[in-house]
Amino acid sequence: MSQFYTSTDHFVLIPGIMLALFGCAVLLFDFLVFPAPKQRKWLLLFVALGEAFTGYGLWRQQAFLAANGIPEITAFQGALTIDGFSLFFNWVFIAAALLVAIVSYRYLEIEGEHHGEYYALILLSQCGMFFLAAGTDLVTLFVGLELMALSFYIMVGFLRRDKRSNEAALKYLLLGAFSSGFLAYGFSLMYGMAGSTRLREVTAALASRDPWDPVLFVAGVTTSVGLLFKISVVPFHMWAPDAYEGAPTTVTAYLSVASKAASFAFLLRIFLGPLAAAREVWEPLLVVVAVATLTVGNFAALTQTNVKRMLAYSSISHAGYMLLGLIAGNDTGIQGIAVYVLVYTFMNLGAFLVVVALRRQDIIGEDVDDMAGLIHKSPGYAVLMLIFLLSLAGIPPTAGFLGKYYIFLSLIQTGHYVLAVIATLYVALAIYYYFRIVRSMFAGEVADKMPLASSFGLRVALTVSGVLTLWIGVYPEPFLRLAQTSLLR
Amino acid sequence: MPAAVPLSWYLVLSAVLFSLGVAGFFFRRNIITMFMSIELMLNAVNLSFVAFSFQLKQVSGNIFAFFVMVVAAAEAAVGLAIILTVFKNRATLNVDRIDSMKY
Repeated sequence: MSQFYTSTDHFVLIPGIMLALFGCAVLLFDFLVFPAPKQRKWLLLFVALGEAFTGYGLWRQQAFLAANGIPEITAFQGALTIDGFSLFFNWVFIAAALLVAIVSYRYLEIEGEHHGEYYALILLSQCGMFFLAAGTDLVTLFVGLELMALSFYIMVGFLRRDKRSNEAALKYLLLGAFSSGFLAYGFSLMYGMAGSTRLREVTAALASRDPWDPVLFVAGVTTSVGLLFKISVVPFHMWAPDAYEGAPTTVTAYLSVASKAASFAFLLRIFLGPLAAAREVWEPLLVVVAVATLTVGNFAALTQTNVKRMLAYSSISHAGYMLLGLIAGNDTGIQGIAVYVLVYTFMNLGAFLVVVALRRQDIIGEDVDDMAGLIHKSPGYAVLMLIFLLSLAGIPPTAGFLGKYYIFLSLIQTGHYVLAVIATLYVALAIYYYFRIVRSMFAGEVADKMPLASSFGLRVALTVSGVLTLWIGVYPEPFLRLAQTSLLR
Repeated sequence: MPAAVPLSWYLVLSAVLFSLGVAGFFFRRNIITMFMSIELMLNAVNLSFVAFSFQLKQVSGNIFAFFVMVVAAAEAAVGLAIILTVFKNRATLNVDRIDSMKY
C-alpha cells in the first residue's frame, strides 16, 4: 500500500490546495484572459470561488470530525492536523480575506495600482496561514510562515511609486526576515534535542528535559523572539507602526487581523506544545512582555495624529491582551484568546475599512482631522466607526467587551490579580484615544466637502463587520461554542 | 573523515556564525549588507540542521536545510526587488536615511 499520499492526506490538504490553485489561477487568468484593466473585476470572482471551495473543504472536515466524534485528523505522518483549533482559525482567515478582497477593488483603482497579482497574493498568503494553523511539523510551520510573510512583504509595498509604501515594505522585510532567522535557529535546536521535526515528538522529547536546561533555554528564547516579532509585541513591535502606516490601507487591514490571527495560532501551537515543558521559565518573561506591550501600545497611541498609526499602536496593545490569556493558561484563557481573535478580526477590520472609505481622489484621509464632522457628511459611516471604536475600547454591548471579559476572567481564575488590575487601567486609557476620533467625528467642523468613497464591496464589508461586531456582543452563544471547540488538547 | 569532528564543534561554529549575522544586522547601515547578514544567519541554521542530521543519522534535518535554502532564495528575490524600488525612489541605501515615517 502506498504510504505517500493517502486519501486522508488529500482530504486534509484540500483547503490548502484550493487556495494555492486559485492563487495561481488568478495570476494566469490576469495575464492571459483578462489583460484589460476593466476586466480585473472578474478576478474577484476567482477569489470568491477559491474561498468557496476552501470553505467547502473545511466544512466537510468539520462535518467529518463531528460525525465520527473524533478530536482530530492527522495526515502526512503527523505533519498536518485538522482539529477544532485549526478549523476555527481558518474560518477567521476566510472571513478576513473575503472582506478585504471585495473592498480592495475600488481602493486600488483610486490608488492607481490595480493589478491582478494583488488577489493572487491574498490567496497565497492565506494558503500560508492554512499551514500555520494546521501544521504540526516544524518544516510545515516554517514554510507556511514564510509563504504568508513573503506575500505580505509584496502587498505592503504594493504602491510602487509611493515612498511610504516602499519604506514600510523594506522595514517589514528586514525585520521579518531577521526574526525568521531566529525562529529557524530555535527550530534547529529543537530538532537536535528531539531527533524529529514532528511537534508531537518534539513535545515529548522536550518534556523529559529539565526546564532550565541551557540548550532548551536557548531554543526557547530564539523561537520566542521569532514568534513575538510576528505578533508585534514590545520589544519586537518596531516594524508594526511603520508597516501599518505605509501599507495600502486594505493591506493594513488584512495584515492587522489575518496575519496576527495566524501568528497567534502558530504561537499557541508552539507555546502549548514543545515549550509547555519550560512554562516556569517563559511565564515570568511573558508577563514582562505583556505589561510592556500594554504600556507602550497605549501610551504611544495617545499622541498619534494619523489614524492608521494610532490603530497600529492599538493593535499592539490588543496583542498584549491576547498574550494575557496565554499567561493565565487555563481553558478560559485559551478560549478567551480564540474569542478575542474572532472579535478583533471584525472590529479592527471595520475600523480600517472606514479609513479606506476616506481615501478619495487627491485626499489621503488618514488624519484624525480628516474624520472631522463625519456625522454630518455621511452618518452611516460615522455610526459604524463609533461601533468599531466602542468595541475596540471594550465597552458593552459590543463584541470587544466579550473578548476582554474572558481574558480578565481567566486572569482572576488563575490568581493574577495585579495583571488584571493593570490591564483594566489600560482599558481606561485606551478609551481616551479612541474617543479622540469619536469627538472629531461628532463635534468637529466638516473638513472637506468631497463625499466618501463608496462601492458595493465596501458597503457590504462594512455592514458585515458592523453587524457581526454588535451580534457577537449581544448574542455571543454560537460564537462561544465555536471558540469552545477550538481548545487545544 | 567527518566523524572525527565532534558535533559540538559544528554547533559552536553555527552559533558563532549566527551571532555574526545578528551583529552585522545591528551594526551595518547598508541595506544590502544587512540583507547579507540575514542570509548568514540562515546559513548558520542550515549548518546546525545538517550537523544534527548527520549525528542522528536521519534525513529530516537535511530536508529542513533544503527548505531553509528555498525560503532564503525566495526572500532574496522579493527582498532585492523591494530594495530596488526603494533605491529608485530615494537614491540611497543607507537605512538611517529611510525615515519618512516618525512618531
